[in-house]
Amino acid sequence: MIDLTPFWLSFKLAGLTTVILFCIALPLAWWLSQTRAKLKPLLEALTALPIVLPPSVLGFYLLVALAPDSWLGNWIETLFGIKLVFTFSGLVVASCFYSLPFMVQPLQNGFESLNRHMIEASYLAGKSPMQTLLHVALPNIKPSLITALIITFAHTVGEFGVVLMVGGNIPGETKVASVAIYEMVEVMEYGKAHIYAAIMLGLSFVVLLGVYFFNHRVRNRMRGW
Amino acid sequence: MVDVDLKKKLFGSEGEVTLCVNVTVNKGDFVVIMGESGAGKSTFLRMLAGLEPSIGSIDVDGEVWQDGRFQLPPQKRNVGFVFQDYALFDNMSVKENLLFVNSDNSLAQSLMEMMEISGLAERNVTLLSGGQKQRVALARALMRRPKLLLMDEPFSSLDPRMRHKLGEQIMMLHQHFGMTTLMVSHDIAEAKRLANRLWFVEDATMKEYPLKILDSVEHGIWQK
Repeated sequence: MIDLTPFWLSFKLAGLTTVILFCIALPLAWWLSQTRAKLKPLLEALTALPIVLPPSVLGFYLLVALAPDSWLGNWIETLFGIKLVFTFSGLVVASCFYSLPFMVQPLQNGFESLNRHMIEASYLAGKSPMQTLLHVALPNIKPSLITALIITFAHTVGEFGVVLMVGGNIPGETKVASVAIYEMVEVMEYGKAHIYAAIMLGLSFVVLLGVYFFNHRVRNRMRGW
Repeated sequence: MVDVDLKKKLFGSEGEVTLCVNVTVNKGDFVVIMGESGAGKSTFLRMLAGLEPSIGSIDVDGEVWQDGRFQLPPQKRNVGFVFQDYALFDNMSVKENLLFVNSDNSLAQSLMEMMEISGLAERNVTLLSGGQKQRVALARALMRRPKLLLMDEPFSSLDPRMRHKLGEQIMMLHQHFGMTTLMVSHDIAEAKRLANRLWFVEDATMKEYPLKILDSVEHGIWQK
């Protein structure tokens, strides 16, 4: 019998990461798309770092930063009573760092592609930047929004390096699907590894197909086809 | 009465210039602003609306919109603005575009009737023609009952019949709401029909010309 717990953990992790990141990335992407501040390139570079950094590097720094003997890890544990190393909570924090650019960049690109005058018309209608974001900007970047949500979810499901570094391999706690496959290969259980890998492959393909299919339909509708 | 004394650096084809505008507009004026492309006509409207930072002062009926120390944000200036590219909210219907500005349903209804777009009230704006979109944009601009209506080349993408029709509707609304209107346009015929004052951006300065100068323009082509 196949143990489905690693998949459940993977999807729980991806779901939580997606929701948390959406709340963080939405105002950040909106601000980045609208600002003329000199600070913008610095923030964009920081946001994009997880794309180019090897996951082991990001995982190593997170492990060091969140460890109980570090000031940050110690502070969080004292204040909230939460351990962030080798726990599911730690995986969520690490995933939020790792997947940040996959949420921010599609949203920022979407906002930047909007007709600038449409945003200005909302300001002239007396609406605040937040009202403009929620009622005008966000509803007009649906393909970018769906892309950001789905790619963040899918990317988090596919995490391996960061998850292994920060979470280790604790069954029912941090052993997500990608780590479980790695472990099966290590102990040469190729049959199980095949099944797990095939499930991951199928799910990833279905998710991406869904995204592209949706965006294809929305774009055609916008072009009146 | 609107008193404007503004300066703004522009980067034109002849390098950096400072646009200087020192004008007074009387209540009820319909000013048409002409000038070469890139002269700063649209930038001037944007400065009035607070969409473009500038140096100087704007005083509207004794209310300071900006001076050397502060600039009122666009949200706080009671301006109606019609963009050249309509800039409608694509996720909304015609009626929703109007009600987003102001929830006054009866004003929205009467504006749609005046602009002859009542039949399109529930239609999404992406499905409208250019002329219909421009009429929605005009109606939307009036939903805050603005003191100042600013229009940036509203006729540019319309055919001659639609230009004439829209010109009539603009004049009707201008009179009905007792507004002060500033319109950037290249359309000589509409300028002659609508304007009571004519300005020209020339050598980075706003200059006033008598309206009759338009009569000397032949074949609808402006010549300095």
